[in-house]
Amino acid sequence: MSARRQDAGAFAALFSVPFLWALVFMIVPYAIMISVSFWTRQFPLFVPDFQFGNFVQIFSDPQYTTVILRTLKIAAMVTLGALLLGYPLAYFLVFTVRSERMRNLLYMSVIVPLWVSYLLRAYTWKIILGTDGALNSLLMTTGVIREPLTVFLYNQTSMVITLVYIFVPFMVMPLFAVLSNIPKTLIEASEDLGVGPFMTFWKVIFPLSVGGVVAGATMTFCLSFGDFVAPVLVGGPDGTMVANLLQSQFGAALNWPLGSALATLVLLLVLVVLQVSSRMDRAGRVGLS
Amino acid sequence: MTSRPIVTLSGVAKTYGAFTALDTTDLALGEGEFVTLLGPSGCGKTTTLRLIGGFELADRGRIEIAGEDVTSKPPYRRPVNTVFQEYALFPHMTVAENIGYGLSVKANNVSAPERGRRVAEALAMVGLEEMGHRRTGELSGGQRQRVAMARAIVRRPRVLLLDEPLSALDVKLREGMQVELKRLHRELGITFLMVTHDQEEALALSDRIVVMNRGRIVEIGTPAALYDAPATPYVADFIGASNLVPARSAGNDGRFDRLVLADGTALHRLRRPEDRAFPEGVAVLAGIRPERLLVAGPEDENCLEGRIVEALFHGDRVRIEVALNQDGGGAAASVFADITRTASSAAGATTPGELIALRVDPADIMLFAAEGGR
Repeated sequence: MSARRQDAGAFAALFSVPFLWALVFMIVPYAIMISVSFWTRQFPLFVPDFQFGNFVQIFSDPQYTTVILRTLKIAAMVTLGALLLGYPLAYFLVFTVRSERMRNLLYMSVIVPLWVSYLLRAYTWKIILGTDGALNSLLMTTGVIREPLTVFLYNQTSMVITLVYIFVPFMVMPLFAVLSNIPKTLIEASEDLGVGPFMTFWKVIFPLSVGGVVAGATMTFCLSFGDFVAPVLVGGPDGTMVANLLQSQFGAALNWPLGSALATLVLLLVLVVLQVSSRMDRAGRVGLS
Repeated sequence: MTSRPIVTLSGVAKTYGAFTALDTTDLALGEGEFVTLLGPSGCGKTTTLRLIGGFELADRGRIEIAGEDVTSKPPYRRPVNTVFQEYALFPHMTVAENIGYGLSVKANNVSAPERGRRVAEALAMVGLEEMGHRRTGELSGGQRQRVAMARAIVRRPRVLLLDEPLSALDVKLREGMQVELKRLHRELGITFLMVTHDQEEALALSDRIVVMNRGRIVEIGTPAALYDAPATPYVADFIGASNLVPARSAGNDGRFDRLVLADGTALHRLRRPEDRAFPEGVAVLAGIRPERLLVAGPEDENCLEGRIVEALFHGDRVRIEVALNQDGGGAAASVFADITRTASSAAGATTPGELIALRVDPADIMLFAAEGGR
């Protein structure tokens, strides 16, 4: 009996801190956020209430739905872009680079930019794409254009480029891990059975790397979905994303209930994405022994 | 080799940096032969197999399969298939999909019904008729082995390469699979080239054994020839077990070689027609297999005498270590002998500390030069 009590004491001692941490910094804030989303605003005050006006407003006002759809579109494009860049890179690192040292060096060079401030990396693209930027200077010195172009910056394309650059390591890391785990003998077995390199990729390597694709896509999608820096730095007037909208509701617009409703919606969307990705991951999972 | 060659290696060599995996090598495999590459790890046997399979490309030399130069061809353009050491089954496919994989690609030009028929045929051949829909992860080691075999034979290769195919199985299963391999070889009638470090496996399965060491072929021969009359002490020791007793030649009388051991024991050995003649006084090694030393009766000739140092019980036999008499004052030499246990063989004959005399038939002694040959 006393031993069991001791166990309970040890259990409480061990888990009370993380539990409290989760309670104070996650569960309580989420509860507050969700409950505030049902409040009403009577300028300049927020009155506790239970009504769905905020959600109705979000879905009826095209201003909000446009931004949400745009954010989904940009996040999807960033994910696709990062996959199209990251997969060949990870494949090259794992299967083409022969020397272990060279492989690790190149892999590090993909990861190292993560140590540089996120803001700085986003700002870099402002410098590259701007009117006096590197791209314009290059095109002018090579004589392709005579006047600097403004089309490179302050639009959705520049946002996608910037976000792909920032988040591509999150795509490469899981892909590198799954591709490294594919036994080389499976590739040899495929070629031994008369199947050339291209079909070997489609029938053996790619199916076995789906887990990494799903993991990388999920991370890239969720990270770029919630981004609010790229729209401010390189996005134009039509570049506002959900996170910027949220920020303004809690700042300039001073409408916390509406902001909370938006935030709750974003949370639900991300949860759906995570659910879908974990289903896909489970479907594609096989034991590599 | 009894038939025309299906695989020929001429002057083939492979190095990795400073390491010579395979020194310049010539080898020919006959149609329908079961050949084993046998040797310790790092001897070049796996490299040889991988060169034929196309997983490595030779630095020098020429490889021909079925009369076609394949030296620089990739694996998917060679008429061979491989059973990999750890089977290398595709984990995301069922058993039937694994087996049909090599037939499923368009370039290989096999229609779907034909493919299904051949997969079923291959499954039946390895005794897995009911397992086609299973995932490979659900199979036991022996079943995985069979799937790997079926997958490799379904494309009807001219040569089947087997890379230590039985090494991942436990002993009982391995013996069963040896019988299966032999049966498959007979039924398919194609050339099998197997790599192994297990000499018993090589002896049991092969038509010919290629003994390799340090990137070179040491000797090629039938299992019986390599066991009974190996050319070098290395092969005598590697295939089966051998006592290599230092001795001196006392010439020969045409029918028998005469040998004198360090303790003065005189032995005679039946000569074969092609045997080398050692002049009198030259240092030699007498090779005697442990099971060919028999407990001697009082009248017997050609005997070794000594004291039993150790006796190890094996059930069917007792392996004894005998320290030979040291009247000559030379270094202590000892031999191992396997004494078959029967009701009539005296148990007392194998007690450590006892003196014992061991008889050897003059035809059962192998003779080597004392230096070199390795």
